[in-house]
Amino acid sequence: MATETLQSTTYPELSRIRLINRKSLKFQRAVGKLLALFFLSCGAVLVLLPLVWMLTTSLKARENATEFPPSWIPQESIKTEYNGRNYFMYDIPVNGEVRRMGMLKKQPGGMAIFFNPDNPEEQYTLKLEDGKKAMKTVIHWENYKIGLTMVPFNRYVWNTLLVVITTTIGVIISCTLVAYGFSRFRARWIDVLFLILLSTIMLPAQVTLIPQFVLFQKMGWYDTLLPLIVPSFFANAWDVFLLRQFFMSVPLEMDEAARIDGANPLQVLLYILVPQSWPALATVSIFHFLWAWNDFFGPLIYLQSQDKWTIALGLQSFSGLYSQQITYLMAASTVSMLPCLIIFFVAQKLFIQGVVVSGVKG
Amino acid sequence: MTATTPSLPMKQKKVLSLSKREALTAYLLITPWIVGFIIFTLGPMIASLTFSFTNFSITKPTQFLGLANFIQMFFQDYRFWLSLRVTLTFAIFAIPLGLVFGLLLALLLNAKVPGIAVWRTIYYTPSVVSGVAVAILWGYLFNPQYGVINWLLSLVNIKGPGWLGSPDWALPALIIMSLWGVGGGMIIYLAGLQGIPTALYEAAEVDGANSVQKFFKITLPLITPVLFYNLVIGIIGTFQYFTNAYVMTGGGPVERTLFYNLYLYNNAFRYQQLGYASALAWVLFIIVLILTMLVFRSSAMWVYYEGELKRR
Repeated sequence: MATETLQSTTYPELSRIRLINRKSLKFQRAVGKLLALFFLSCGAVLVLLPLVWMLTTSLKARENATEFPPSWIPQESIKTEYNGRNYFMYDIPVNGEVRRMGMLKKQPGGMAIFFNPDNPEEQYTLKLEDGKKAMKTVIHWENYKIGLTMVPFNRYVWNTLLVVITTTIGVIISCTLVAYGFSRFRARWIDVLFLILLSTIMLPAQVTLIPQFVLFQKMGWYDTLLPLIVPSFFANAWDVFLLRQFFMSVPLEMDEAARIDGANPLQVLLYILVPQSWPALATVSIFHFLWAWNDFFGPLIYLQSQDKWTIALGLQSFSGLYSQQITYLMAASTVSMLPCLIIFFVAQKLFIQGVVVSGVKG
Repeated sequence: MTATTPSLPMKQKKVLSLSKREALTAYLLITPWIVGFIIFTLGPMIASLTFSFTNFSITKPTQFLGLANFIQMFFQDYRFWLSLRVTLTFAIFAIPLGLVFGLLLALLLNAKVPGIAVWRTIYYTPSVVSGVAVAILWGYLFNPQYGVINWLLSLVNIKGPGWLGSPDWALPALIIMSLWGVGGGMIIYLAGLQGIPTALYEAAEVDGANSVQKFFKITLPLITPVLFYNLVIGIIGTFQYFTNAYVMTGGGPVERTLFYNLYLYNNAFRYQQLGYASALAWVLFIIVLILTMLVFRSSAMWVYYEGELKRR
């Protein structure tokens, strides 16, 4: 401020130029922000549209699910019965007053015969395009009940939960131990081993896929959940890396203080590092939960009998069998996505941090 | 002197055993990974390399074939080349599009717009719900008769193609679908953008730089490490592409979406040719390795690292 007043007294011309520049800059920034908001809104609509479509379709009647253009509220046309047949209802002006009438039949020249549903003898010939098909909002909650019982969905949920929960425990225990070993101790080969661990991130899973499959089959684990569960107890590169990064940020002095007090390495881990690193541990659990919940390839190659299937597998077979039952299928899809969405909305902060830590620093 | 001499070797011995103990603790702690690495990674790698020289299959007795699998792959198997082309075509479009849109979104968010948390949540949501349900959902969105995609196109008076049922449009459909997950990259770019010191922009403004210049001279160079990371991850990810192709198209129509990984799966688990599938897996590994190495090599030309910046 002080320099500015000084400048304006000594160089009035310069300060005027600066003022104009600042004004136009401010204007530019405001326009830029508005444009940014506009594009962001358009993008957001496009991003959310698929999910909204899924939700509304899951609540529609079957015959309304494949209408074009799609309606974004589960709406149905209203019908009325006359002489044992159903006729569509229209809202149409009759002598200047909008009335709800049944449409009996179309006539040439864009006309149609309408009748009063309460008194079918009262009929009018009116212009069809003046009328609007009468709609009502009907929410078919029963799609969920039917969709989830057409296939043994309970069983799928149970199997999925079994895999997800046990593997989350496995990943947390094994990766914490391994990350602790890699972050706090000096040993001759430890750096080389860590490099090997990191390089396995780049290794395509297909290279180990077939021998793993043969191994599990020889062990008699084919068509059990074990091939999906057991490997999680042997740590994986991603999560070890993420946890190690976090452990390194915990000051060493805290370990040393605990050591001096006589704590052994495991106690240091349990009482010093773990309580400090719960955000990292939560992030790892959440990401693993999502991955295991959505995993399709593992269940596809290892599980055969239907009572072992996970949700992903069940959903895939459901869509193959009943591809015409869109409403039920969308109800089942919605339910299968729900846990992931809920976890995301509840623990957003951890998500964003996790993505950033593994992404930017990686 | 006489008092300290005997204590010296003892102390040394104790120090030695301490460091040995430390090493022992370290190895004990990482044992789960070492065991897992041997059983689930190293062993299977050696095994699959061995399988790739045989006609290994669950149903037939195994024979050593030498290089026959690879010769067949390169000279007789048109599906190998086809699946490679499908995968690379997808990569060439989906990865750069993802990079550009992700970066654009991050730039918009970085313009200090109100409600940044809300936008971030909306755009990241698709990345949370991958898998079969998403594939099924998009299968219907691409429906030529009543799908939402063709409805959107009809709003701007375009008659949408047959998408997944059309040999020419099935792969583009999957590429468009991949853009739905662009929010995952966006978050990483946003963090990168927020890490750029504002002093650099201020200095540029003093020098009279406009926004375009600021973007190309400051933002883009400083974000290159993140771009580089996403490029590498993108290449590896494309060669793992499976669920969407399996659920939505099954590789069709007329094999136009036969992704490499899908072809490998078909060989291993549909045709029971585990030996040939292992050979495919190793070729895939080498391709990914070469591509990643090319990206790493080229990175010296276009990726700026902070240390480098400080030296200038």
